[in-house]
Amino acid sequence: MADVTLQNLVKTFDTVEAVRGIDLSIPNNEFVVLVGPSGCGKSTVLRMIAGLEDVTGGDIRIADERVNDVPPKDRNIAMVFQNYALYPHMTVAQNMSFGLRLRKVAKSEIRDKVQRAADILGIAELLDRRPRELSGGQRQRVAMGRAIVRDPEVFLFDEPLSNLDAKLRGQMRIEIQRLHQQLRTTTIYVTHDQVEAMTLADRVVVMNAGRIEQAGTPDEVYHRPRTRFVAGFMGSPAMNFLDCQITEANGSTVARLAAGPALPLPAEQAARVRNHIGRKLVAGLRPENIREAASHDGANSSGVPHDVSIDIVEPLGRETIVYFRLGDATLCARVGTEVHPRAGEQTSLVFHPDRLHLIDPETDLVL
Amino acid sequence: MRVLPPLLRRKPAVAVLMCVPLFALILGLVAYPFFHALFLATLNKAETAFVGLDNFTFLFGRQTFWMVVRQSLLFALVAVVFKALIGLAAAHAINTIPTKGQRKWRGMMLIPWVIPPALSTLGWWWLFEPTYSAINWGLTKFAMPAVPWLSDTFWARFSIILVNVWVGAPFFLIMYLAALKSIPGELYEAAEMDGAGPWQKFFYITLPMIRNIIAITTLFSIIVTLANFDIVRVLTQGGPLNTTHLFATYAFRVGIESGDIPLGASVSLFMFPMLAILAFIILRNVRRRAASLA
Amino acid sequence: MTAIPFKTAPSLRSNRRWALIAAYACLGIFVVFFLFPPYYMLVTSLKTNAEIAELASNPWIVTDGVTFGHYEHLLTESSFPRFFLNTTIVTVIVVAITMVISVLAAYSLARLRFWGSGVLATGVFLTYLVPDTLLFIPLFKIVGWLGLLDTYWSLVLVYPTLTVPFCTWIMIGYFGSIPRELDEAALIDGANHLQMLLKVFIPVALPGLIAATIFAFTVAWANFLYPLAYIYSESEMVLTVGTVTTLIKGDVFHWGGLMAGALLAAAPPVILYAFLMDYYIAGLTSGATKG
Repeated sequence: MADVTLQNLVKTFDTVEAVRGIDLSIPNNEFVVLVGPSGCGKSTVLRMIAGLEDVTGGDIRIADERVNDVPPKDRNIAMVFQNYALYPHMTVAQNMSFGLRLRKVAKSEIRDKVQRAADILGIAELLDRRPRELSGGQRQRVAMGRAIVRDPEVFLFDEPLSNLDAKLRGQMRIEIQRLHQQLRTTTIYVTHDQVEAMTLADRVVVMNAGRIEQAGTPDEVYHRPRTRFVAGFMGSPAMNFLDCQITEANGSTVARLAAGPALPLPAEQAARVRNHIGRKLVAGLRPENIREAASHDGANSSGVPHDVSIDIVEPLGRETIVYFRLGDATLCARVGTEVHPRAGEQTSLVFHPDRLHLIDPETDLVL
Repeated sequence: MRVLPPLLRRKPAVAVLMCVPLFALILGLVAYPFFHALFLATLNKAETAFVGLDNFTFLFGRQTFWMVVRQSLLFALVAVVFKALIGLAAAHAINTIPTKGQRKWRGMMLIPWVIPPALSTLGWWWLFEPTYSAINWGLTKFAMPAVPWLSDTFWARFSIILVNVWVGAPFFLIMYLAALKSIPGELYEAAEMDGAGPWQKFFYITLPMIRNIIAITTLFSIIVTLANFDIVRVLTQGGPLNTTHLFATYAFRVGIESGDIPLGASVSLFMFPMLAILAFIILRNVRRRAASLA
Repeated sequence: MTAIPFKTAPSLRSNRRWALIAAYACLGIFVVFFLFPPYYMLVTSLKTNAEIAELASNPWIVTDGVTFGHYEHLLTESSFPRFFLNTTIVTVIVVAITMVISVLAAYSLARLRFWGSGVLATGVFLTYLVPDTLLFIPLFKIVGWLGLLDTYWSLVLVYPTLTVPFCTWIMIGYFGSIPRELDEAALIDGANHLQMLLKVFIPVALPGLIAATIFAFTVAWANFLYPLAYIYSESEMVLTVGTVTTLIKGDVFHWGGLMAGALLAAAPPVILYAFLMDYYIAGLTSGATKG
């Protein structure tokens, strides 16, 4: 077990800067998820920690030791790959024990470790099979088994669930979580899937264009995004963004949405935007903060109703997503299932200002 | 943890080391002999004096040499065309029948290609034997005249082409079959929905889809056929009256049997420009892969 | 569902049936074309000399009783066993040399990359296109300088020029198709280059290795030009040349023995193919089509 520290980590491929200075400190036992769109540098960071890519600049420390020039096998890490990377010619047991055999660990010890890992993952009956005889989920488990057997100080996961179907992905997410609760090994997990990030992480690190946009607990990242990128990236359907103007009327501060309603800001937020009165800002409002008027939800009382014309309706069973236009912008709202608006219908939706994010368009920072 | 200096972790040293035997082989036994052949071609028969291009001017003045050039080209072109056609027809036929029988048929048709050509040509030689020819026995049974397989110029040329087609067609069969199998079945289903018949499917889907393989296989085969030695050597030894000699057999006759090594080397080198052009075209097709390695 | 009589349905089916019949007819003709020479060789090798010399009877079948005399004579009273041994020695050594050179080079060219590796890969491919008949005369001189003329070691020296380029080429293809994640997993598991090659790459690319081995075997077994040019003593001869040149001498009706020799000499590659054909075809087609 060990903590991992990245200091001003930089990676350049030829002329492309893939990672542009990452500072991150991961304490022992923490489960950190690096999330971001493809090409944001998250996998490169992971591969540098693994030792699969040379470090262009900065330092990587594992357990306080600088490992920039330590070969992967001596870093005491284990990695689970996107396509499992199981050795096709070896049985499950041989796959799991390959690293130990190369290290000349005693046979009995190998057998014990493999058995223990197989029990943890529920793959004890599969030990004599070959990878091609296994299903996707089973292969994934074997890949994790191979990592566990090594008893590493750090687990590295590189988009491990992206090749599984949706249902299996849900199951494996739970298994990974359970595994971490059991082993408490420091884990760095890379994914582009924000659901995985939210559900698995102690701490989510949102990356974009080679930099960290925000690092924080899932709640922080979701409810208090620091930048417009984070606000838009986390959450599905994505946050609505539209222009707004801050005005003051009758002693209360109001965000007037372009072609939409004027939302009175809560006192705390009003204080934060005092300097921006009269300015054009970008308002971010999550779909769940635009609700149907007839909802019985008590929180509705503070909302501002506004008449809109519904474009598209996506009934999902548990909830219904509706798209509507406000001026030039298409917005998305999440409504209950009791009342279904229909496409083309005029209806009144309630906008809730208490969860409004106001973004400075010049800095893209959330105020 | 063991810390390695960055330089030792770099791979080129190991990488180059692993390529040394290959490099030595290519350099010592392909590149060097090639340049040595160029050098040999400028010597006199006793290899004692430099004669410049005399060997080539001598060859250019010889009717036999020009006959060899014409024969080699004729042989290569005709044989490759028939190999390609038979290979394509056989591949298509195999691809039509149910999958479980395909392996068996393919296996039977590959036999000519598996037997060392010098040995199978012995069988053909016996089939063409003037007195005992089993083929002629069959022909006369059907009231046809016996054919002077190896003693008449036309028939001798026909025979070496026939044997070459027999040996080489299975190679085309394999390549085409692999190409046919790589065409997604959905394409044919879509074409059927669009109302395409068997011929239309062949011309509008099959041929365009395997065009690249046809091109590469044909070019390969032209090289191999142009450079052929075994068949002519065993069947006719270049006869009657040198009318079946190819570059290789003629070079062997001149260089090894008559002992004029420089002249033989010159004849062999004559293949080089043709091979180089063909290789260049093939390489252009294959370059994408080489580029991905660079 | 009620059956709606589609007009096209039966015609589609009969179309397919005709295509199938045509395919089988075609295959039948081709199989006869491809197999009658070896068949005739077999028939001849089983006939007595008297029957071979006799002109009246049907040459395509054995009418006068099957004899194994030609095979017996070949194996006991001729140099054929010597040729067979020589060919086996040459082939085994050439295959071993070839596989070592090409596997090492292919691993390096497919994975490690260094300055000039792309050029070398192209060079390998070009070398594969060089036929044996282009360079046999300068190689004759080189073999002579090395004092290997008239020994089968000359073949051990020159055959790799024919086998190594193609074997390297297809091994590059097979190694190249191994996902990089697998090397990385092995790297993290602690494998060095040698372990990576021996424990991961070679086992995973085993089908390619088999294909390359068969190719090298076939080329070394079947080559005719080099032994014809470099070897004159019967004791040093290999099967191809020995069968063609020495078995023809002697009595007029050597045909039975000649055909028996040709068939026996061809047997090892044929048997090898019978078992490993699929590997070889996969290797051959991948080598040419992956480009």
